[in-house]
Amino acid sequence: MRLLEAALRSASEFVVGDDWRTAVGVIATLALTAIVAQSGLAAWWVVPVGVVALLALSIRRAMRLR
Amino acid sequence: MSGPELGLAVSVLLACAVEAVEALTIVLAVGATRSWPSAMAGVGTALIVLAGLVAGLGPALTALPIDALRVSIGGLLLIFGLQWLRKAILRAAGLKAKHDELETYALESAAARAAGAWHSGFDGYSFAISFKGVLLEGLEVAFIVLTFGANQHRIALAAVAAGLAVLLVVLVGVAVRAPLANVPENTMKLIVGVMLSSFGMFWGAEGAGASWPGGEAALLAIVPGVLLLALAMARCLERWRLGLEARGSLPPVLASEEAIGT
Repeated sequence: MRLLEAALRSASEFVVGDDWRTAVGVIATLALTAIVAQSGLAAWWVVPVGVVALLALSIRRAMRLR
Repeated sequence: MSGPELGLAVSVLLACAVEAVEALTIVLAVGATRSWPSAMAGVGTALIVLAGLVAGLGPALTALPIDALRVSIGGLLLIFGLQWLRKAILRAAGLKAKHDELETYALESAAARAAGAWHSGFDGYSFAISFKGVLLEGLEVAFIVLTFGANQHRIALAAVAAGLAVLLVVLVGVAVRAPLANVPENTMKLIVGVMLSSFGMFWGAEGAGASWPGGEAALLAIVPGVLLLALAMARCLERWRLGLEARGSLPPVLASEEAIGT
């Protein structure tokens, strides 16, 4: 059980890395894209806008950590 | 070869070359300092584990419905790509230490010498360090091979691109018998970050139900768009850093902020 927990933790750290907020932001951006697409509106622009915002926020957080 | 297939091959090739350069430095350091046979045994074992991962997970991934595959893989690539991109931007702006293979080689060699005496036979230290180095650097490549390959049902193409990159780096490494310090590693990392983020955006949005204007041709705008964004951010941050330096306050370099391989 401990081995499984350790493996899951390692896998999560590997994928999410050192900025879990960006991972959450990506999931939220894709969810918003799905909602906009479901409503029948053009949804392709949601991800680029989300990426610009997430990248800027991630860099800002990295600068604050210093 | 279609545009996305070319993107797949280039992304995997560059990512794999970057990781192979880093793994080569570790293996060279322990091999030259302690035991080549044990270091090579570590490399071989790690490669078998990585090949098993790709062979085992690849068919399982390609069996998923295409939209579920695209949104999950697109999301993973975006999470991964944005981390590569953030670090590449900070490095380009001079706010994060750049990778220096000669320095890494010196540190690994010193650690290998300090690890205790070894005379003959199997050297556990050389095996363990080589195994860990190749496995950790290779996991990222295996992840990229699987995600790019599964999404386009071209795992074989992705694996060939990865193998080609490793072969190239190993051949050059054997020829020069030294860490590959002249490889433009930081530039390659920026390009990989751009490619991962761009394909993550494209597939993630498509999987979530969006339709890109122009279909796959949208990648011709997304890739340069992400590159320009990264370069613009790096330029702005560099100007900010230079402004601080001109006023006499030196911004400390983010040397400690380092995740696996990126």
